[in-house]
Amino acid sequence: MTTATPTDTVRVAKTPPAPVRRKPKNPLGAFGALSHVALVVWAILVIGPIVWTFLASFKTNAEIVGDLPLSMPESFSWASWGRAWEKAHIGRYMLNTVLVVAASTALTMLFGSMAAYVLARYRFFGNRAIYYLFVSGLAFPVFLALVPLFFVVRNLGLIDTHTGVVLVYTAYSLPFTVFFLTAFFKTLPTSVAEAAMMDGASHTRTFFQIMMPMARPGLVSITIFNILGQWNQYLLPIVLLSGGVEDKWLITQGIANINTNAGYEADWPGLFAALSMAIIPMLIVYIIFQRQIQSGLTAGAVK
Amino acid sequence: MRLGDGGLAAGRLSAKARMYGFVISFLAVPLVLYVVFVISPYVQAFYISLTNWRGVSASPQFIGLENFTRLLDDDVFWAAVRHHGLLLLAMPLITIAIALFFAFLLNLGGGSKGGTMTGVRGSKFYRVVYFFPQVLAVAVVGVLFQAIYRPDSTGVLNGLLSMVGFKEPVGWLINTDLALWSIMGVLVWQAVGFYVVLFSAGMSAIPRDVFEAAALDGAGRFRLFFSVTLPLIWDTIQVGWVYLGIAAFDAFALVQVLSVDRGGPDNATTVLPLEIWRSAFTFSKFGYASAMGVALFFLTITFAALSLRVTRRERIEL
Repeated sequence: MTTATPTDTVRVAKTPPAPVRRKPKNPLGAFGALSHVALVVWAILVIGPIVWTFLASFKTNAEIVGDLPLSMPESFSWASWGRAWEKAHIGRYMLNTVLVVAASTALTMLFGSMAAYVLARYRFFGNRAIYYLFVSGLAFPVFLALVPLFFVVRNLGLIDTHTGVVLVYTAYSLPFTVFFLTAFFKTLPTSVAEAAMMDGASHTRTFFQIMMPMARPGLVSITIFNILGQWNQYLLPIVLLSGGVEDKWLITQGIANINTNAGYEADWPGLFAALSMAIIPMLIVYIIFQRQIQSGLTAGAVK
Repeated sequence: MRLGDGGLAAGRLSAKARMYGFVISFLAVPLVLYVVFVISPYVQAFYISLTNWRGVSASPQFIGLENFTRLLDDDVFWAAVRHHGLLLLAMPLITIAIALFFAFLLNLGGGSKGGTMTGVRGSKFYRVVYFFPQVLAVAVVGVLFQAIYRPDSTGVLNGLLSMVGFKEPVGWLINTDLALWSIMGVLVWQAVGFYVVLFSAGMSAIPRDVFEAAALDGAGRFRLFFSVTLPLIWDTIQVGWVYLGIAAFDAFALVQVLSVDRGGPDNATTVLPLEIWRSAFTFSKFGYASAMGVALFFLTITFAALSLRVTRRERIEL
């Protein structure tokens, strides 16, 4: 295990690149200018559509459907934001998603770290088999499980319930969480835990009071990974929460659906206000935690 | 490592029994959850794919490989497989090329300043901006790009084109030859930032004296990229390739939200996951949907195994 832990990745990324004794040939010039243009163009390609969405939410229908899609809105009106919040139930969907993702991420982290800790630190019959059982889940496309999963959840009476979604999210987040945290727990020193055991701490207490705090960097990365993955999930909600329980829908479902409706009702500003409402929380969270998010999301690939 | 065998048992239970009790109490719930919701559906899928299960109440009949032979005659299935093939060839290539270019500029493109290799000016800002689409839900991105790709002059892209003189609006999503490429463009748009960050991490892990030596030998920036950087981050590129390839077998959310008629026009953008979802939850053809799932599974596994073999290289030890 020479690979960097997520925190190491951040640290490595920050170290200044190679000092060079002699000034190297530096072919800035045409190439340099062109590469700057390329960087700026891509930045505009990324920011442009998002800014345009915000602006469009303040426009009137005529302004959006008119022939000048790139014009500024005549006046800034928040009416469409109110409509999106009330009529399109964006507030409802947002709250549902917060509740579901909070519960399922908490369960994922609890169960994932419990299983990973035991698999990383204890020798017992079947340890390897159970580890590979968890990791094998990474190799299967979720679409293969789709039909039977629907019926498993249905037979348990959990279809169209948030409990069902939470349990399914947790179960499908376990393979990667266990895979990642098992490797992480293995890198932690054993001496502290051994000392705690000597002093008479139980296995459970050692885990919660000694090992969990020591594993914080790994836990943070994988928590971020799971929150984002579950927040953005689209397939599982549309399978597990049918059209009959619209009040239980999650945000991705709501946004995708508002789109089909907007076509008929022709409430384009409402649609873009709803989109903006879905984007803004992610934007704020990203700006605050961008370093942790980048390392959390790429952590899996670095392993 | 054998914490449980410390012989510390103060009376009541042996240390070993306590250890097993602890292990079982920690593993039981995660394992049950995982087996019920993940493993059992995967196992059942293989059986269901051999049945003609049609409805919620109807009981499935075993029909052997009939679903699979029907699959071979299904034009939509083959269209979907062809689309995966195109995505698989073009999407990783385009994404990796763009991401490598940017990652190189952001990490090493600034040449030497004060004796250190630096990225171009503002590289931190670019890295933050480029990564952002990655945190947006695909469903949100899909709806956003519908407005951008709108086929008449009210679409953002067509509006831009008409400003620079191309008055004829382009049917980004309604032209059967163009629709899949338009969708691929969105996939690339969302993915590039992730791979810029990934490759940047790989590049900053290269020891500085390697660049130093290359620079001393008079290597210019192109040599630095192709002869030094590229071989040294080959492992990271390979990981990126496998990730993107697996993403090319998905594309469900984007096609479902963005494309005309969900996979249209005229099945020009359909993908296997979409057909699985449609067969199962629109037409209740559960057996047939599962057969497609099995086919998708084998395609994905074959790709992953092949690409790991083909791209394997002598690892360069530093």
